[in-house]
Amino acid sequence: MKPEALLHPTPAGLFCPIGRFHVDPVRPVERALITHGHSDHARAGHAKVLATRQTLDIMRLRYGEDFCGEEQAAAFGEEIDVEGVRVSFHPAGHVLGSAQIAIERQGLRIVVSGDYKRGVDPTCAPFVPVACDVFITEATFGLPVFHHPDPKDEIDKLLTSLKQFPERSHLVGAYALGKAQRVIRLIRDCGYHEPIFIHGALARLCDYYVGQGIDLGDIRPATVEKSSPDAFKGAVIVGPPSAFQDRWARRFNEPLIAFASGWMMVRQRAKQGGVELPLVISDHCDWPELLSTIEEIDPSEVWVTHGREEALVRWCELKNIPARPLHLVGYEDEGD
Amino acid sequence: MKPFATLLDRLVLTPSRNGKLTLLADYFRDTPDPDRGYGLAALAGGLDLKSVKPAMLRDLVLERMDPVLFQYSYDYVGDLAETISLVWDGTRKDEIDDEHQPRLGEVVTRMNSLGRTEVRPAVRDLLDKLDTSSRFAFLKLVTGALRIGVSARLAKQALSDMSGKDVTEIETLWHGLTPPYEPLFAWLEGRADKPVLATPAIFHSVMLANPVETGDLEKLDPADYAAEWKWDGIRVQMSSYGGTKKLYSRSGDDITGAFPDVVGSINFEGVIDGELLVGGTARSNSPTRTFSDLQQRLNRKTVTAKMLDDYPAFVRAYDLLFESDLDIRAETFFERRRRLADVIERAPHDRFDLSELVPFTTWDELDRIRVAPPDPVIEGVMIKRKDSPYQAGRLKGPWFKWKRDPYNIDAVMLYAQRGHGKRSSYYSDFTFGVWAETPDGEALVPVGKAYFGFTDAELEVLDKFVRDNTVDRFGPVRAVRADPDFGFVLEVAFEGINRSTRHKSGVAMRFPRIARLRQDKLPRDADRLSTLTAMVDAKAN
Repeated sequence: MKPEALLHPTPAGLFCPIGRFHVDPVRPVERALITHGHSDHARAGHAKVLATRQTLDIMRLRYGEDFCGEEQAAAFGEEIDVEGVRVSFHPAGHVLGSAQIAIERQGLRIVVSGDYKRGVDPTCAPFVPVACDVFITEATFGLPVFHHPDPKDEIDKLLTSLKQFPERSHLVGAYALGKAQRVIRLIRDCGYHEPIFIHGALARLCDYYVGQGIDLGDIRPATVEKSSPDAFKGAVIVGPPSAFQDRWARRFNEPLIAFASGWMMVRQRAKQGGVELPLVISDHCDWPELLSTIEEIDPSEVWVTHGREEALVRWCELKNIPARPLHLVGYEDEGD
Repeated sequence: MKPFATLLDRLVLTPSRNGKLTLLADYFRDTPDPDRGYGLAALAGGLDLKSVKPAMLRDLVLERMDPVLFQYSYDYVGDLAETISLVWDGTRKDEIDDEHQPRLGEVVTRMNSLGRTEVRPAVRDLLDKLDTSSRFAFLKLVTGALRIGVSARLAKQALSDMSGKDVTEIETLWHGLTPPYEPLFAWLEGRADKPVLATPAIFHSVMLANPVETGDLEKLDPADYAAEWKWDGIRVQMSSYGGTKKLYSRSGDDITGAFPDVVGSINFEGVIDGELLVGGTARSNSPTRTFSDLQQRLNRKTVTAKMLDDYPAFVRAYDLLFESDLDIRAETFFERRRRLADVIERAPHDRFDLSELVPFTTWDELDRIRVAPPDPVIEGVMIKRKDSPYQAGRLKGPWFKWKRDPYNIDAVMLYAQRGHGKRSSYYSDFTFGVWAETPDGEALVPVGKAYFGFTDAELEVLDKFVRDNTVDRFGPVRAVRADPDFGFVLEVAFEGINRSTRHKSGVAMRFPRIARLRQDKLPRDADRLSTLTAMVDAKAN
């Protein structure tokens, strides 16, 4: 059996014609298997959704009760039969609930890794390598320039800046699902126990993480009392990066804009975004991790989905590993 | 190297002056000698370091990396030094221990001791031993492209902040010291006496004037003040002692090499403050030429004989700081001027003249003189208290500058960009345009950019207009609606205007700022490019 017969790209996303399901479809479909809760992968409006319990919970939080027609939860490692295709979910280490999906039939196994990372993250289960014939990898940071440093060193930069600029409100941009909670957890692990203020867009997801047993310490809403504009002097405020360009940010005292993202590795990116304190913290693999993951799994073929496919495909060619880009559309490579 | 690299990383992204000062002062306080001295030299532009060509760096990286992958990386990052600093590790994770990285002082000493054939292996070795951020700093230093928005003046201000010493005292010493400035730091930290300078032909901080603002003059007695023309050249200082003759810009940059005609004619000893101009001196009865003629001579390391012939330079003397080696800065302006007149009288007539005094009895009279000066290269008057000592810096009171009214045009807002720091949530940087005949007919062409001049309340209005009328986005920039009958008219004031080959419109304004919001006007009422070119032409006549 050819791998393309089991799974191939379509405009709606990766499609398995035998099992009649899509993986992370970008438009409403009959049956969707979802790797994780980020909005470019998990969309509302599918008839049936199969995902991990946490991913389903997150979709419900974001889209409401009727986010799909019918849901089915998959436990990590559990084998599920979908119309004669064997499907199983395995931790991807990206955000809470994130999974790789193994799709198997007649001895051919394809693993869709979704978004994944190899670095330590106390807010989600670590990536588990799954042996397979075809490994489908993302390439968000698929260029040799990307080397994510130790996230604790990055948080130390933030804590140093708080000492250097005790008057300024430190606004840390972090995507609402995953990154924000990881950053808060990291700040706690680095010994900072003051209250951390959060933008309203983060509240429900932070509550959910806490409910799942991830301690975020003292977190409070970043709402202002009209009488005390100085309330946030020297405080850490975490919010979605888009909010910092908005009128919302005006309530803070001399805000110092930090942004936790793998893109912060490149100075010009930071500069264009008006970021004063770039924190290179990513929920994706950096270049060395992408390469070592491929070497470790040792698939007979690599398919590359979204991101900088060309460089990763080139590297595979140099290593004599058959590889091709899938040119999937609809996944934002900005979302880190 | 690590502390310096960390400092650079922060400085590049810190827009506010105070933020930069904090970062610099912390660095100078926490970093040991001699590293901080070399760091200071690198920031203030006085670091002498063996340079490395970009081609060699590219060769080095391609020794270990696939050229296709390198090209993908370079295309993405866009900066050679940054690309190399990021890809150098290859597939290896950073395993470099901060404690064992080469220090900045070691790097400088090592690079400067290398023979020609040793450079390549040494650069490779240093790249291996430094971490990503230090590699970037190292590459920027050896390629001589450290652009981080820190002036020498700001670095000195940080030294003053960290030590409590007066910045003018630091400025006075500055040009007599060399990296790594250990005696300077020892003095700043109170561990040693003030360093004694070997040569007095050094730069001394200049005295600056404040602009006249409404109500400033009413309280002052005109009889206490003298006036001089304010010439549109560049402010310079000539310093001559024991055969050493130097010409400095007002910020202390040594521009001796570019003006051999002036420096070679110095026949006096002492320190003179004056205006560098092109053309002929008053006493040789030839006209003073425009700032754009002077520009032909600026920013050059060397100068051709033809340049010297076509654009002869001279100095119009304003003040005398040292008479030979005698410091007379504490004398009154009139006393210094009397002695200056003697020095200039004996100096070559074609290269030096004395700035003339403008007689007046009332402020109203001076105001009339100011707006109609006898020479187009005059941009206003200087008002100096007759008994004022020469004090470095910009003190309010003893000296004023009173310019002719700044230039004004009505322009239309075309693009807006968010500001920095406390303005980061506001669209506060505006590109504006005027009407011009283009191949596609009558259109608005961009002529400049301004990001100050408005009040906070006006900024709210501007910001709201941008948010409500965005028609396109290019990264951080928004294009706004600008039709003949709908758009935002801005009254833009500026200090001067010149022809420019670098700007599409062909003109470049000096210090443009938003003077008023003209919501009473429609874009169709805005000025035309021909108005601006006429201003350039008027200046040239």
